Amino acid sequence: MTEEDKILKEVTGAEYKYGFTTDIESDKIPKGLSEDVVRLISAKKNEPEWLLEKRLKAFEVWKKMDEPDWANVSYKKPDYQDIIYYAAPKQKKKLDSLDDLDPEMRKTFEKLGISLNEQKRLAGVAVDFVMDSVSVATSFKDKLLELGIIFCSISDAVIEYPDLVKKYLGSVVPTGDNFFSALNSAVFTDGSFCYIPKGVKCPMELSTYFRINEAGTGQFERTLLIADQGSYVSYLEGCTAPMRDENQLHAAVVELVALDDAEIKYSTVQNWYPGNEEGVGGVFNFVTKRGVCHHRAKISWTQVETGSAVTWKYPSCILKGDNSVGEFYSVAVTNNMQQADTGTKMIHIGKNSKSTIISKGICAGKSEGSYRGLVKIMKSAENARNFSQCDSLLMGDKCGSHTFPYIEVKNKSAKVEHEATTSKIGEDQIFYCNQRGIGTEEAIALIVNGYCKDVLNQLPMEFAVEAQKLLAISLEGSVG
Amino acid sequence: MDKKKIMLKIKGLKAGVEENNILKGIDLEVNKGEIHAIMGPNGSGKSTLSSVIAGKEDYEVESGSIEFDGTSIMDLSPEERAHLGIFLSFQYPVEIPGVSVSNFIKTSINETRKAKGLEPMPAGELLKLMREKMELLDIKKGFLSRSLNQGFSGGEKKRNEIFQLATLAPKLAILDETDSGLDIDALRIVANGINKLRTPENATIVITHYQRLLDYIVPDFVHVLYNGRIVKSGTKELAYELEEKGYDWIIKEVEEQCI
Repeated sequence: MTEEDKILKEVTGAEYKYGFTTDIESDKIPKGLSEDVVRLISAKKNEPEWLLEKRLKAFEVWKKMDEPDWANVSYKKPDYQDIIYYAAPKQKKKLDSLDDLDPEMRKTFEKLGISLNEQKRLAGVAVDFVMDSVSVATSFKDKLLELGIIFCSISDAVIEYPDLVKKYLGSVVPTGDNFFSALNSAVFTDGSFCYIPKGVKCPMELSTYFRINEAGTGQFERTLLIADQGSYVSYLEGCTAPMRDENQLHAAVVELVALDDAEIKYSTVQNWYPGNEEGVGGVFNFVTKRGVCHHRAKISWTQVETGSAVTWKYPSCILKGDNSVGEFYSVAVTNNMQQADTGTKMIHIGKNSKSTIISKGICAGKSEGSYRGLVKIMKSAENARNFSQCDSLLMGDKCGSHTFPYIEVKNKSAKVEHEATTSKIGEDQIFYCNQRGIGTEEAIALIVNGYCKDVLNQLPMEFAVEAQKLLAISLEGSVG
Repeated sequence: MDKKKIMLKIKGLKAGVEENNILKGIDLEVNKGEIHAIMGPNGSGKSTLSSVIAGKEDYEVESGSIEFDGTSIMDLSPEERAHLGIFLSFQYPVEIPGVSVSNFIKTSINETRKAKGLEPMPAGELLKLMREKMELLDIKKGFLSRSLNQGFSGGEKKRNEIFQLATLAPKLAILDETDSGLDIDALRIVANGINKLRTPENATIVITHYQRLLDYIVPDFVHVLYNGRIVKSGTKELAYELEEKGYDWIIKEVEEQCI
């Protein structure tokens, strides 16, 4: 066995820390998808008629669509009749306080390192926890409501704030946008809802933690975030799943609306189960994320993607307003047999709209990582600016990295820049670190963190530390 | 000579890359407090010798031994050798984008401390140490936050090497062609720094092609490396002779001996 093989083998030994399951009774419906299932989901959630109609329409649209295959990934397409579309941990209907939480659930929180108690307030994070199909708990709801900030599950929002939901749901990602968003629109079960009123700066980080627990289920969450004029919010999401031999489908839709002068910072640390070293199991992460920026508004997507067997994800900005700003900062790590096709779309409509794309791909093992991005300058977008930088870092000689940048410019005043680099962690770099007393594992962590610095700097402090550790674990021993 | 004073002892060292023999039997002893210069024409094996002492895995050691402070280091990894106090100033220092000079030095110091079972150096102390050494080497303030060697001029890279040397304070410093790429002012600052770092407890091996550096760092011994062997050793006068006459006369001498 060569040194490289030995080290590559070591990588596969790096364990997925969140691979446990919670033994909790759950309320689930039989496998399969039909109009009746859509009606059942809607009924389970006591939804108003308008939403059921929306779902049924989406289902009709979805049935006529084909699963996209333009992405640079290959996988066995899921059998959509072999998935459970609704699974909810069984517990008392409504929690009066978080103390009433099922003890097993509480243990799950602890294992995941999520604290729902008062301590968390010191860290300044309010958490919404979504397990399988439903939101289980949301902290600091009342505290936030004093400022007029609504932070709750989308199911609650449908009942309590129907006007807001009705106005904005599907306004950024229309039902028929793509195969997975159509599916989500038909069967979404829960997710987070957030509204920041005019001129309010949200005083704490809002966070949603997604967890797939039940076997054979799909997770279809829907997140809707509205920042009213002149408001600000920083939002975080984290995701984990148990280790299972079968592939699990995660098809989420996230919609952001930044009204005039508002700013939304949306950060993701995605750590779904990536499957084992032979590529068995793992989550299919097929996600549609998009935000619309009105005048002078700003949306900033930051993502650290380390998990999932297959990722298909393009958090995008529609820069509709004049002087609006869109940003995309991404670190995507693939190892073993993982595949990721991820990037962004920046659609410039407003005058003087600006966008920045910083994408850092890291490929190890036998994985494949692709950056796919679109920068589109519409005719109306006078003086639009874009800067894109797509870097790839390769480890070993069995992985692949690809870049697919699309640029469409319809206004001559636009300025679009694209830079790309591909590099390898050099043996010389490792030896240099070694010579200074830094062991190889530490050296890789140091080099990778340096490489990702521009992206990690965008994350809120506590998250950045977590992300750094996650990167180190994901790449343990991956250099020969 | 007092046996305790020997720091580095190399005996019959043969090493190379795959089938290519580069070092063909090196014998060298360096005592505490000494400065040795190793000179020689291009391709004589100077850089290979420094890499082999530092433990670079690309080189295969065929036979011979290297002892440091009385114990063999042949089975030690490069980082373990560094922890013992062996420092190599690189001829071509590598760039590590996004990693600041201060973060790199911090990691280096703390990893070395960890290996010795020590707690990380307190931030205040670390900062004080860096400031002190920056002054010694006339390094400007913004330097610490720059990405390691990225966009550095040749002179800045070398100065950064000596800065690391100063903060890490190793027992044995091997300076591989530290003078190349330095203008005369930078050379003076770097040499001055090295001289100030000299104590009776540490030792330095200066590898150089030219005698120029030795005007500033005065060696106790000069060795001429040719075709993988040390073919001549002497005092600093040997360096002057080389400067004047070049390497040819030694090469001739060696070849005559072979015949």
